Amino acid sequence: MIVINAIAKELFALFVDDGSLALAILAWVAVIAALVSWLGYSGPGGGLLLFAGLIAILFENVLRRARLG
Amino acid sequence: MDWTHATPAISAAFIGSFVEVVEAFTIVLAVGTVRGWRPALQGTAAGLALLVALVVLLGPLFSLIPLHGLQVLVGVLLLLFGMRWLRKAILRSAGIIGLHDEDKAFDKESSQLRQEIAAHAAAADWLAMATAFKAVVLEGVEVVFIVLAVGAGNGMIVPASLGALAAALVVLLIGLAVHKPLAQVPENTLKFVVGVMLSAFGTFWVLEGLGGSWPGADAAILALAIGFALAALGAVRWIKSQRAATEGARA
Repeated sequence: MIVINAIAKELFALFVDDGSLALAILAWVAVIAALVSWLGYSGPGGGLLLFAGLIAILFENVLRRARLG
Repeated sequence: MDWTHATPAISAAFIGSFVEVVEAFTIVLAVGTVRGWRPALQGTAAGLALLVALVVLLGPLFSLIPLHGLQVLVGVLLLLFGMRWLRKAILRSAGIIGLHDEDKAFDKESSQLRQEIAAHAAAADWLAMATAFKAVVLEGVEVVFIVLAVGAGNGMIVPASLGALAAALVVLLIGLAVHKPLAQVPENTLKFVVGVMLSAFGTFWVLEGLGGSWPGADAAILALAIGFALAALGAVRWIKSQRAATEGARA
């Protein structure tokens, strides 16, 4: 049972270490999904926007963590 | 096999798996050293059997998901996994959190197992086997995910599996030769590279799955990887300069 619990925790931890990073990624993908799938935008700007948002999320997260020391 | 498409999947699976296999090897080595090789190898074999069963069960499930849905699912999981590794690699490179040390991990695992065996002498072999089993399964699950994730979106599961298998063989051969934890492996650099590659794959598959298009098709993965790498290196420099400025102001 302890091993199964450890595996379940490890599976979750595979994707979520800092909860705010995971939530921000999911939220940004949802925004891009709305833009591309629902509004029908299929130009190259969608990819650039997705990438730029992910970089901004990563920067904000590591800088915030660095400030905490 | 088209090497242009296969090479990124093989190399991401190889490097990612290499890091995980090194960590599992350290614990199996600790078990073998403390309690003997029989329970260590039994636990390893049981762990590998469970991982093979996972691949056999999960692999066919992927074919049931429509391609675009699969690309979005795999892309999101790759982003969560890859950016988590990249975040940690940035923070380690910038000196915010400590580097992973295989020698320390080996000592910690050995002393923990010795204490457990001393407390439950009758179940010593079982404890040793369970420790090896847990290490192989926990690290192996990450290998399975990396292989399925980098391979499922574009029919590259077999090449990605070969990349992971090659990583396991290389670690095993080096481990058999040196017979000690592989502490010289530049773990953080490898995690940095894999974080960059998986984040690039994830970004690419998410947009493809949503129905968007990338200029240059698959070549966009390389451009995304360069973009993630430059941004991550920039973040490391930025944090280091901020820390230096803060320490300078304090002095």
